[in-house]
Amino acid sequence: MDDLIAEFLTETNESLGALDLDMVRLEQNPNDKELISSIFRLMHTIKGTCGFLGLPRLETVAHRAENVMGRFRDGDLQVTPAYVTLIFESFDRIKLIVAGLEETGSEPQGDDSALIAKLDAVFEGRDGNPDNGTSGADVIPDSVKNAVDPLQALFDSTPVLSPDQWHTIVTVPENDDPEKMAGQMDTAPAPSSAPPAAKAEAAPAAAKAGGDDHGAKGGASLADQSLRVNVDVLENLMTLVSELVLTRNQLLQILRTQKDTEFTAPLQRLSHVVSDLQEGVMKTRMQPIGNAWSKLPRIIRDLSMELNKKIDLEMIGAETELDRQILDMIKDPLTHMVHNSADHGVEMPADRLAKGKPETGKIVLRAYHEGGHIIIEIADDGKGLPLAKIKEKAINNGLTTEEELAQMSDQQIQQFIFRAGFSTAEKVTSVSGRGVGMDVVRTNIEKIGGSIVLKSVEGKGSTFYIKIPLTLAIVSALIVEAGGEKFAIPQLAVRELVLASAKSSVKIENIKGTPFFRLREQLLPLVSLRDLLGLKEDEGAAPSESKYIIVAQIGAYQFGIIVERVFDTEEIVVKPVSRILKNLEIFSGNTILGDGSVIMILDPNGIAKAIGETDVADTGAASKAAAKNASAKEKTSLLIFRTGDGTPKAVPLGLVARLEEIDTAQIENSSGKAMIQYRGQLMPLIPFDSTVDLSSGTLKPVLVFADETSTMGLVVDEIVDITEEVIDVQVSANASGIVGSAIIGGKATDVVDIGHFVSSSNKDWFKRHGDEAFGDTSTQGRKVLLVDDSPFFRNMLTPLLKVAGYNVTTLESPLDALEMRESGASFDIIVSDIEMPKMNGFQFAEKVREQNSRWKDIPMVALTSHATQQDIRHGMDVGFSRYIAKFDRETLLNTLTDALVANGEAQ
Amino acid sequence: MSSIALAEKNDTAAITREFLTIMIGDQIFGIPILQVQDVLGPQKVTRVPLAPRAIAGSLNLRGRIVTAIDVRACLGMPPLEQTGKPAMSVVVEYSGELYSLMIDKVGDVLSLPARDFEKSPPTLDAQWRSVCSGIYRLKDSLLVVLDVPGLLDGLEPK
Repeated sequence: MDDLIAEFLTETNESLGALDLDMVRLEQNPNDKELISSIFRLMHTIKGTCGFLGLPRLETVAHRAENVMGRFRDGDLQVTPAYVTLIFESFDRIKLIVAGLEETGSEPQGDDSALIAKLDAVFEGRDGNPDNGTSGADVIPDSVKNAVDPLQALFDSTPVLSPDQWHTIVTVPENDDPEKMAGQMDTAPAPSSAPPAAKAEAAPAAAKAGGDDHGAKGGASLADQSLRVNVDVLENLMTLVSELVLTRNQLLQILRTQKDTEFTAPLQRLSHVVSDLQEGVMKTRMQPIGNAWSKLPRIIRDLSMELNKKIDLEMIGAETELDRQILDMIKDPLTHMVHNSADHGVEMPADRLAKGKPETGKIVLRAYHEGGHIIIEIADDGKGLPLAKIKEKAINNGLTTEEELAQMSDQQIQQFIFRAGFSTAEKVTSVSGRGVGMDVVRTNIEKIGGSIVLKSVEGKGSTFYIKIPLTLAIVSALIVEAGGEKFAIPQLAVRELVLASAKSSVKIENIKGTPFFRLREQLLPLVSLRDLLGLKEDEGAAPSESKYIIVAQIGAYQFGIIVERVFDTEEIVVKPVSRILKNLEIFSGNTILGDGSVIMILDPNGIAKAIGETDVADTGAASKAAAKNASAKEKTSLLIFRTGDGTPKAVPLGLVARLEEIDTAQIENSSGKAMIQYRGQLMPLIPFDSTVDLSSGTLKPVLVFADETSTMGLVVDEIVDITEEVIDVQVSANASGIVGSAIIGGKATDVVDIGHFVSSSNKDWFKRHGDEAFGDTSTQGRKVLLVDDSPFFRNMLTPLLKVAGYNVTTLESPLDALEMRESGASFDIIVSDIEMPKMNGFQFAEKVREQNSRWKDIPMVALTSHATQQDIRHGMDVGFSRYIAKFDRETLLNTLTDALVANGEAQ
Repeated sequence: MSSIALAEKNDTAAITREFLTIMIGDQIFGIPILQVQDVLGPQKVTRVPLAPRAIAGSLNLRGRIVTAIDVRACLGMPPLEQTGKPAMSVVVEYSGELYSLMIDKVGDVLSLPARDFEKSPPTLDAQWRSVCSGIYRLKDSLLVVLDVPGLLDGLEPK
């Protein structure tokens, strides 16, 4: 293909992407002159270049569309959805022609006369609309909210000239000025009157001149700040850098054996430069996720027109960067899911109004970093997944039976949509409902080491959470050995490492030759890597009595992999395995280690499959459901510490904000209290008891407790351990600051009442009266549901309530609570915070008190940090029986007893 | 190919092709010289568990991962006796990937006239026929042309 044409195609594809986005925005802000001019200019550029290159068909369409745009610009034609649709139609035609051009190198045959007639009619004011103005078909005002900034849009629409050739735009981030970007498009207009079939020899030269002009006129334009680089060049660069890293590592290895050589300094320098180089090359592969989103506003806009729905699309975090390779792989799944949300999720405006929802549905796309992952959320406030239909379909398709369904939680049933051939759309529309869908999405996401979770409430909407690794290129891996061979296993899948030996209590047990391991009161299925890979016992090595268990987690499914040795973790560059090995699902790739040897990378998904766990997602849901039901036995992480008297003391780890070590010499006194300067603030210090000596001038461990505004430090003598235990306080204590004793780690341990210390340090924090023993026989074993979004209070109140004999279930959000209600849980009393995100306490109470709610007779107690008379009245109106201040523990306990007694009498 | 070969029989020995000769057991093989990227001595090869026997493992060639192919296994020959491992390798590129063909030893580069070429006779062992593109009649022996693409395609999982 002619180089000039190739260049033109690249540029045009880029412009078309920007045009789509601009047009959608224009529809929302019909009077945005800037935007109109920008669209006009882009259109004009396309038209002009076509003239030069002798592309008459393309030029005609672009020209007529430009005419209409010209009238928008001059302000004598109102931008209406009908016209926007027409303009989009011309864009689509242009894209079609461009695609043909890309394929064959010449314009495809076709008839554009109908489209041109329509465009001309509008241009000449003959389209039948009174004063060519509003058509009355104003279907979707404000329909699509576009959160992508314009520069992003331009980049997002990175054209694909020839898909495997030109994938990447390398951008220099300084240029984030939309004006500049628009300026870049303001190229020298080519004379549109140029004869389309301009002399072949003259055309290239002229176009070249136009191209140069382009760069010059743009000044500090995109052209100066970014350049197109062939992906192969980057890949090659990446390989070279990997090799350089390797050589550097070898050199450093040699250096370690030498003493005081003159190479030390230059090698250190080399090492730094290589690291920077590696980072830089990695960066060239990163692209904002907005690139994968750029087409969505247009899609949503078209969909809402087609389906007569009103949909807002909100995109948050479009600048979040991830590896180009991954970006390519999630593009289609994402588009598919947004389609689905718009088509199946969001209801018709009338239905929405009838359900008391705003007429305009909302789809929110959100991307953010979390750990080494990117989380992408796709949320809609539509009708959610229809459980009944899923059940029916699952049975019809033979995926399950009614008996099995009866055992499943709602969430488990929802996961059926990820099964092959499952679509619940009542009718097939042009956009979705063809039965290929979520299973493909899930497969694609799992292929790149990601996972997808679905949360849906019928009538409220659905949210998909996609978790994908940041990059596939470099991952941290654990190097292990089995059968004398080394393997790498991605750290992301490794939960923990356990050393099991035949002699100690930590041992592998066998049932009919199958190994199992007890991991914290749970039976962990084990697989020996050596057996799995069919390797022989390493004859050279002495049979070792101890083995390592790598606890891996896929979704919520945990299993253990037995290996013989564990080495280091290494950052590895993942390379795909050879074509002839691709059927070995157990390997996800291979890599070269620092010592130059090749190593295979294990794929935990593949291992899970190999040991027969074929449908990991379903199991995940099942075990989650099981975990929920087991909340009564829920374990709490405890921090164990000691003071002078030697008795171990425990405090819920969740309450401790940080652990610090302070030099007692730095303790200052202020108004008779010990204080220390901590993070720019004065933090009160309290010795746990009189045996903790603050004046000894040594380092002391401090447990820092914090809420939003204040902190306090509890000084102890020694931090012993962190364990996970079920708190079962057996003996109530009389000593202040202790709620009672429990067996933790096999020892009698005092469970510390942090409330006591916090209140003694800060009177505003807690209002507290006497110190009485709790525990009222009438309340023994009563089930309390505590809903509070603050982990601090959840953690603080749980031991308190447990000590008082209640069986406590804590939840972070009322939504979770309502989910529990649906799954059939029942409680004696509900204690709820008022101010919570998503759903507040009042709304929660209304829900609980609904006519056919299973919980409508359960007494509810409101907890709040500041209550006005009005609030209290409101609380009583919506169904709270009591209203108490959050800090008043005693009143809380009394109130709970009262409420339970009152309710008992009432029944 | 055969018709060309026949036509050229009458011609002079003007058209020749160059082959790198390799020995496996007693048999002499040829690989078209343009396909050869590299000739390697003994290498440290990482085994790939669960892979077919013909795939000996992977090795690191200047930062690129190369899949090692045991040609003896491809030809249904027993492993080399003394060391159990072929000593030398010929590196070829196919479909953008590098493969190292492990063989017993590498010989000379021969320039062979087309008139000495014959397509694989039907009586040749079936396994061999699938990885050979023909035979050259040398003075005192027969040289089997190794069909590298055919050999590698045959290893690809169906």
